[in-house]
Amino acid sequence: MTSELIVFLVLSLVAIASALGMLFSRNTIYSALFLVLNFITVAVFYLMLGAPFIAMSQITVYAGAIMVLFLFVIMLLGAEQMTAPDALSWQKPLAFLLALTLTVESVYLIFARAKLDTVITAPDAATNSMENLREMAMTLFDKFLLPFEVTSILLLVAMVGAIVLAKKEKGARAKTSNS
Amino acid sequence: MISTDYYIILSAILFTIGALGVLIRRNPLVIFMSIELMLNAANLAFVAFGRSWEIAKGEAFFNGQIFVFFVIAVAAAEVAVGLALIVEIFKTKKNINIDEMNSLKG
Repeated sequence: MTSELIVFLVLSLVAIASALGMLFSRNTIYSALFLVLNFITVAVFYLMLGAPFIAMSQITVYAGAIMVLFLFVIMLLGAEQMTAPDALSWQKPLAFLLALTLTVESVYLIFARAKLDTVITAPDAATNSMENLREMAMTLFDKFLLPFEVTSILLLVAMVGAIVLAKKEKGARAKTSNS
Repeated sequence: MISTDYYIILSAILFTIGALGVLIRRNPLVIFMSIELMLNAANLAFVAFGRSWEIAKGEAFFNGQIFVFFVIAVAAAEVAVGLALIVEIFKTKKNINIDEMNSLKG
């Protein structure tokens, strides 16, 4: 058992435990914080897989920006302790059963066709070099230029949409009261 | 020395936990977080497959990482719009129970 495998097992334990913690905590704030822990663990996995840039953007964008937005909305709405009565009592056991089936099935399928010779080794120091990042940027702005531009338009549309949703419609309200 | 399959199994387990969250929770904020978890599991699989290919070919290969980059951008956009919608629904209904969001039902 190599040290790499031990790190992997411990980290995956943390990842699964934090995901379950997110799912089962009563307080939504705790859920969000568990999810931050999960994102950071996945970022460490990215480092182990030789993707330092993705690991850092995971931490800044996901654990930083997105989860802060979540926490902000939770606190804004005061939705920490919102528990609703279950309308469908049979839904929960069925969901657990289906999730268990999905897990067993996918793990079985992956193991059944597993090629254990495709091992992932730890990245060497060259992965963290500037040269590697430059090559990745060349791929992004050369081969994937069109998707990159489409993504920027998507972000612009999302921003405009969020502003339109959040803004008060004073003109529309005045119009309805006049008529 | 870790087999690629271990990463894929971990990704499958995280994805299933996310799907379970969408099914059993009534709070739309937690449902959103579960969707983020599922996207993250898919990202992990992308990077693991990319690394595996890189090792098999012996040369740098970034397509998997760049896809993850796009997925992160799309997730950010989705969260911005989705949370704006949740805030708006809360303002109208004073409640964010997912079972009451059936006004559009015919």
